[in-house]
Amino acid sequence: MSQHLLSILIWLPIFGGFALLAIGDAGDYKSARAGMMRNVALALSAVTFILSTGLYTGFDNAATGMQFIERMEWIASLGVHYYLGVDGISAPLILLTTFITPLVVIAGWDSIKTRPAQYFAAFLILEGLMIGVFAALDGILFYVFWEFMLVPMFLIIGVWGGANRIYATLKFFLYTFLGSVLMLVAFVYLYRQTGSFDLFGWMDAPLSMTAQKMIFIAFLAAFAVKVPMWPVHTWLPDAHVEAPTGGSVILAAIMLKMGGYGFIRLSLPIVPDGSEYFSGLMIALSLIAVAYIGLVALMQTDMKKLIAYSSIAHMGFVTLGFFLLWSIDGPTGAVLGMQGGMVQMISHGVISGAMFLCVGVLYDRMHSRQIADYGGVANTMPTFAAFMVLFAMANAGLPGTSGFVGEFMVIIASFKANFWFAFVAATTLILGAAYTLWMIKRVIYGEVANDNVARLTDLNRREFLVLAILAVSVLLLGLWPAPLVDMMNVTIEQLIETIGQSKL
Amino acid sequence: MNLSEFVWAAPEMTLLGLICVVLIADLFIDDDKRIVTFWLAMLSVGITALTVLWTDPGHGIVIFDGSYISDSLSQILKLGCALFVGIGFVYARDYLIANDLHKGEFYLLSLFGLLGMLIMISANSMLTMYLGLETLALSMYALVAIDRNNVVSAEAAMKYFVLGAIASGCLLYGISWIYGVTGSLQFHEIAAAIAADPGLNNLPLWFGLAFLIVGIAFKFGGVPFHMWLPDVYQGARTPVTLYLATAPKLAALALALRILVGGLGGLQDTWGQMVMIVAVLSLLVGNIVALAQTNIKRMLGYSTIAHVGFILLALFVGTEQGNAAALFYTLTYVVAAAGAFGVIILMSRGGFEAHNISDIKGLNERSPWFAAMMMLLMFSMAGIPPLVGFFGKLNVIAALLDANYTGLAILSVVASVIGAFYYLRVIWYMYFEAAEDQAVLQSGTDTRVVLSLNSLAVLALGIMPGWLWTLCVQVFAAS
Repeated sequence: MSQHLLSILIWLPIFGGFALLAIGDAGDYKSARAGMMRNVALALSAVTFILSTGLYTGFDNAATGMQFIERMEWIASLGVHYYLGVDGISAPLILLTTFITPLVVIAGWDSIKTRPAQYFAAFLILEGLMIGVFAALDGILFYVFWEFMLVPMFLIIGVWGGANRIYATLKFFLYTFLGSVLMLVAFVYLYRQTGSFDLFGWMDAPLSMTAQKMIFIAFLAAFAVKVPMWPVHTWLPDAHVEAPTGGSVILAAIMLKMGGYGFIRLSLPIVPDGSEYFSGLMIALSLIAVAYIGLVALMQTDMKKLIAYSSIAHMGFVTLGFFLLWSIDGPTGAVLGMQGGMVQMISHGVISGAMFLCVGVLYDRMHSRQIADYGGVANTMPTFAAFMVLFAMANAGLPGTSGFVGEFMVIIASFKANFWFAFVAATTLILGAAYTLWMIKRVIYGEVANDNVARLTDLNRREFLVLAILAVSVLLLGLWPAPLVDMMNVTIEQLIETIGQSKL
Repeated sequence: MNLSEFVWAAPEMTLLGLICVVLIADLFIDDDKRIVTFWLAMLSVGITALTVLWTDPGHGIVIFDGSYISDSLSQILKLGCALFVGIGFVYARDYLIANDLHKGEFYLLSLFGLLGMLIMISANSMLTMYLGLETLALSMYALVAIDRNNVVSAEAAMKYFVLGAIASGCLLYGISWIYGVTGSLQFHEIAAAIAADPGLNNLPLWFGLAFLIVGIAFKFGGVPFHMWLPDVYQGARTPVTLYLATAPKLAALALALRILVGGLGGLQDTWGQMVMIVAVLSLLVGNIVALAQTNIKRMLGYSTIAHVGFILLALFVGTEQGNAAALFYTLTYVVAAAGAFGVIILMSRGGFEAHNISDIKGLNERSPWFAAMMMLLMFSMAGIPPLVGFFGKLNVIAALLDANYTGLAILSVVASVIGAFYYLRVIWYMYFEAAEDQAVLQSGTDTRVVLSLNSLAVLALGIMPGWLWTLCVQVFAAS
């Protein structure tokens, strides 16, 4: 079975999702049939997670190259293969995906009142597609998963979102679509150069500097929108604010990682010289995201928007870590920067997911995301307050939480590159703490602000379970990140070696 | 001429014979038994398709003193035309009955149109081409006007007729110039004459060529010769629109391929530029104007124009790969178009006419299954993988990049992002808005099954596009 593990992880949730769609719901979320749908969705996502642990236990940390490879012909006349495999970069991201999805299913348990079967089906299908993106090693296969992923998310935001959902979901779709079609043109160009859609073939192919620059820009269009990097980030706050809680969680925890993954899987190894040429720009954009977007986050009055901007700032660290490579002498610093970026991706996945779930818990009770509507929540929801403070601390990068590890590694690496890079990057320690803790102060602490807050009830068992699991993982990743770092170590060293070889 | 040559023209002759049978039989059928005509028409289409399959021309056979050709291109296009005319009949039947339009003329005119298409597809001379074109065009003018009490339909038919006549005139005028310069009407002789004397590649020939391009662009609906298309799509009753939007596109592709590639392939440098301009304008105008439409048939009309831009862009490349991409794109686009108009017909039942995009609001509440089918079709047209529309675009982009037209490739994908908006709007209305009326969709089981298969075909073809692409490549590799 292990040789088909990746296929099972991809297709089990997708086919499960289609089965849910086919059976459908009676429309009433209280009906027994809707209840069965929820259980089936949870079971499917839980089974997927349990199966995915096989990726961790069966993973050889010392091996270079891909593992769990599956390869067969798909479209022979176009040179397209069904080619899957994971390495130290993609395996943790797949585990993150399978870990978050069941939590999202639980979080939507009874807060989704309309068409629950379609809702859960959309998340299951989305899960399979996201795993597919991380596992695909063929350009067209990658593109198919990458692009089709927009469809369930488009529907999740559009059907179950807030008041301004249609504007937000159209903006989300069109922004990302515009970015990805340019990537497609680059893919086809690479196909013409190498005669196949094999990502590794592309990594070996010599390319002229002009071609590399063009391809880098095309990839940048796709990945910068997804990360999102300043100045193409404006879709994200809209999408986050309007999306249902589950949609926000998946968006922040996993979909943003697609952009970072794209840079590290495609941009850097396929066009190393182009990446070097643009690395200054990338660092500048990343630092703008860290510092400027941090300031923007400070000014938000909507909790979801605040966390959305904080996501952009945190993702700035990821791109910063990836593109420090050429500013640092010696490989250790480069490895540190890249590892820091990767750890930051995983950790941000868990923390931002948890933050959005916390807002979701409040929203389900108060139907408001405005900070001003809250105050003194700790008095009525003490357990919840404890969790939210923990996640906020992690978001601010408190040592001992997972948020600290990645940021710290990237800051150290940027010190080795240039003092001023590190100086700007380190502003996040202040800004991050400021916007997160200020929000906590206004929402959680103080006197009970109004009657609505006074009537709040603390977490139910379901919410407690979800937040507790996330809290444990935040602490675990923060105190003992070694298993994660070990998993990606060899791959990253090998990757830096590949990037170091000019393709001109 | 040899009598045994006639066997290669069996599809056309069989169809003509069957049309005569249907025509006479229909005279003796009462209105309440009109369904018999439907079955006879279906049978005729089926037999014609079987005859096409039965006549296997191998590497291509030219008969009737060089006027008629049967080759793998004609096989695949004829089968496509028969298939989509048949599908159109299935979708149309219940609608026509419900709207008191169930007359034998609909089927007969459609069959005559099919005959015209078959002749166009197998034309190997300008005159045969023109003959087929006019047979098709006259049937279509009459079909658009089939609801004679409907002012909008009558206006559309009039507009179509006048503009169509001008376009045919242009085409004929262009043909006369080409004939004057090369001394022949047959495509292979024209090609030989141009190859033999490079001096012919000069102003008089280009002059004729320009008129030919006008005619071809008109039949396709390429900008700036597209003005008839949105009006006719909107004005015609939906089953007629479906008919116009599907099979004749295949015939128009044959028109372009036979004349431009077959006859005037030597002038590719010259006509390529003209086709490219029409293609780029079609992509931009089609996609941008479609954004502003509120009538769903009109919107799909402009969307057709945008897709025509893609097809012409593939033809412009002028390579075998480009031609194969054009064929693949046309075949797969027509599948999606048939499905999309099928869903609109489905929603139009019971005297209610689905005109506006807002009429499909809340389809997900009324029928989750057909909402999902329409979503597949729309995403296919928008070019989202793994649906087949994506592979159509992929092949065109690959052909463009292969010939180093990077700028055009980027333009085409950016245009399709603009286009994505109006497809998304259909999905938005189906899924994000509440239904305005809760009437249950009425339709026969066969319609439902065919429509579902039609829609699922865009997914199935998208998951397994290899065989169709291989087939398309072989068509041009053989010739």
